[in-house]
Amino acid sequence: MSVIYMLISISIVVAVFFLYAFIKAVRGGQYDDDYTPSVRMLFDDELVKETNKNQINITEEKQL
Amino acid sequence: MNTSQCFHCGNEIIKKDEILFDDKSFCCNGCKTVYEIFSQNDLSCYYDFQAAPGATPQDIKGKYDFLANEEIVNKLLEFQERTTHIVSLYIPHIHCSSCIWILENLQRLQPGIGASQVNFPNKKVRITYNPEQTNLKQIVEMLCSIGYEPYISLENFDEGKKKVDRSLIYKLGVAFFCFGNIMLLSFPEYFEVNEFWIEQYKGFFRWLTFALSLPAFIYSASGYYVAAWKSIRQGMLNIEVPIALGIVVMFVRSTIDIAFGYGQGFFDSMCGLIFFMLLGKLFQQKTYDFLSFERDYKSYFPIAITKILSDGKEEAVQVYDIKKGDRLLIRNQELIPVDGILISDKTSIDYSFVTGEAVAIEKKSGDKIFAGGKQLGKVIEMEVLFSVSQSYLTQLWSNDVFQKKVDQKHKSITDKISRYFTPALLLLSVMSFGYWIFIDVSTAINVFTAILIVACPCALALTAPFTLGNVLRILGNRKLYLKNAIVIEQMAKVDTIVFDKTGTITTNEKTAITYEGDALNAFELKLLKNALRGSNHPLSRRLYDFIPSQDKMEVTHFEEIIGKGVFAELGENKIKLGSSQFLQHMSENTHKKTKVHVEINGIYKGSYVFNNQYRKGLEQLFESLAKKYNLIILSGDNDGERRILEKMLPESTVLVFNQKPEQKLAYIDNLQQQGKNVLMIGDGLNDAGALAQSNIGISISENVNVFSPACDGILDASQFSKIAFFLKYAKNAMITIYMSFGLSLLYNVVGLSYAVTGNLLPIVAAIIMPLSTITIVSFVTIMSNVFAHRK
Repeated sequence: MSVIYMLISISIVVAVFFLYAFIKAVRGGQYDDDYTPSVRMLFDDELVKETNKNQINITEEKQL
Repeated sequence: MNTSQCFHCGNEIIKKDEILFDDKSFCCNGCKTVYEIFSQNDLSCYYDFQAAPGATPQDIKGKYDFLANEEIVNKLLEFQERTTHIVSLYIPHIHCSSCIWILENLQRLQPGIGASQVNFPNKKVRITYNPEQTNLKQIVEMLCSIGYEPYISLENFDEGKKKVDRSLIYKLGVAFFCFGNIMLLSFPEYFEVNEFWIEQYKGFFRWLTFALSLPAFIYSASGYYVAAWKSIRQGMLNIEVPIALGIVVMFVRSTIDIAFGYGQGFFDSMCGLIFFMLLGKLFQQKTYDFLSFERDYKSYFPIAITKILSDGKEEAVQVYDIKKGDRLLIRNQELIPVDGILISDKTSIDYSFVTGEAVAIEKKSGDKIFAGGKQLGKVIEMEVLFSVSQSYLTQLWSNDVFQKKVDQKHKSITDKISRYFTPALLLLSVMSFGYWIFIDVSTAINVFTAILIVACPCALALTAPFTLGNVLRILGNRKLYLKNAIVIEQMAKVDTIVFDKTGTITTNEKTAITYEGDALNAFELKLLKNALRGSNHPLSRRLYDFIPSQDKMEVTHFEEIIGKGVFAELGENKIKLGSSQFLQHMSENTHKKTKVHVEINGIYKGSYVFNNQYRKGLEQLFESLAKKYNLIILSGDNDGERRILEKMLPESTVLVFNQKPEQKLAYIDNLQQQGKNVLMIGDGLNDAGALAQSNIGISISENVNVFSPACDGILDASQFSKIAFFLKYAKNAMITIYMSFGLSLLYNVVGLSYAVTGNLLPIVAAIIMPLSTITIVSFVTIMSNVFAHRK
């Protein structure tokens, strides 16, 4: 039964590790903004859009 | 796509101004340009996340020249190194996912920007750039060109780096860690009573829970000990006293229980209690990061202003560095930061921030102009009379009301209850102790501690934070943003409501113009509009916008007489516009209303009257408020509208006109001396003193992001007609709290009946404590939501 000492010690160590990770995350400012990341993660590679190429040419001509 | 709305900003398009570009319609050139910039840089997905997310870029010519001044830039920067600068800019327009997306792709629009990150709740963007490739001025101008003008004021200059207080979250984390682990380690003893193996290991389990409870006892609960100590020293018994007492007694008794082998102690209940109470604190701490309730003149003032050096050169200087005798250059729409004398020929200045007067005032060369006015018109020059801190407007802030600490103003409902609760509790525990001591000493000690443990007013302490926190959120969703939870309690007590006039019960934007006199035919209107075109007087501009568009005509002769009016000749026709003296025409009550008189070819035609437009639902609001509250209107304006107001509003409404900012403050102070609880609703700097003096000051704002003086709450102007509902809701919130107090006392009675008879087992405490918390929290949440939906 003395294995219980070991198991509980391990579980406490794991819990302390998570507490440490939590405090570190808070200190790093990860919880200061809880909204923007949820929007940001939905953006991906919208930047390049092939359909836009034609329009760009038009606008450049107009500017000349 | 709806053709009548601008593709970029969503505003309605006036048909004749419509610009078609790339199969999309825009309301103006500015919007079209922004679209062009985005599509050229492959950023047109901006329009995919949200329809019409943009803002029309404003003309900022020269406005940000001060950002070329290195000293000023250094003050604004968050971090600087040779190749890296980081700056955080507040951008009021940030409002949707498109904004986040475009602002995080700034590097595509401006080479030299390394990265940019948006903080949406704060409406801030943090830009990292390389100062060798670009500079702050370029970045700010680029932001303006795409409609995201940052707001930079004197406040940014002073604030430095703010320290974020996150200690509550640390405490909460630690408490939860202790609570969870202790709970797990306590379970075996709850369920496996008198088993062989538990007998063998219980010492280990118990001492482990003791060790785990230490961080929560010492660190997480520390705030309660401090608060309790302070309140005892002040001779008051607030709610922190029984809480701190309960925690300490729990800890000491549990330690003794373990040490002498009496039982397993109450460590799980203790940590749970600390955790839940901290959670309540956190819940109550709802803050609107993008709003500021502490604004003073600094957030209105620009950081820098253009100074004219003796050799005629222009230079941007910090506002604080302006000295007496300096010559300043003020552009259109810029705020005058100091008192001074006008050197240029003439200008008109909008003092609506300071005095509440809606109509701009004409100034001639040599006139004194005061800080806080907004310059409308061409570029002017002025000579400084006083430095910033000595100017008339800034002096207002040296009044005592701005120095006073808010929390001392009010005693919260929980503190009031605990004034009776705490002594009663102590009395009960001492009495039970006295009773049992003659029967059995150890039971007596048991009972004494058990009472203090059970009665530890966890539920009582949670009621107010959870109710008020929830109400705060609901009000926030309905666009009334309150500074903190205490404001709700004060709102419930209000018996007198004071309104400002201009900008509060009237709208700032649209002034309704009506015409009195002989009707003008189409040709006369045409003459009038063309005559007005040349005039820069603010009333002329407004009248010009009011008259429907006409064909252009040649103005053969034009003359503007300052402070009087306009004389114009269009071919054969002569037009005279302006004040009644100018036209030598006297009609009754001419001086009471803002009027522009019209004379065509020597014949007096009539006058245009500029009325203030009252907010929608004003009459109904006043009618419903008049039943329960004293209503007062306190205006900085003249009494020209007294008659209209008297007709519109209930008879009991008191109307006071011609009030200067200091007089408004004194008026409110006087009401308070009479024992009234005053709610002041105002806007603008002229109400700042009154807002600070009143029990609650609520500032009303067309755009909550930008201008509002220091106050307890900010109300979106669109919600003006709901003020009666908000006040009723605050009252209902207090009723909820009282009901919930009753409920938590019920729990205390049940718990105490165990405690007084000496039967409090750790397991009973461990069940009662979370159970009461959950009932209280769900009760107040449900009740406050029910009240919110009841109109």
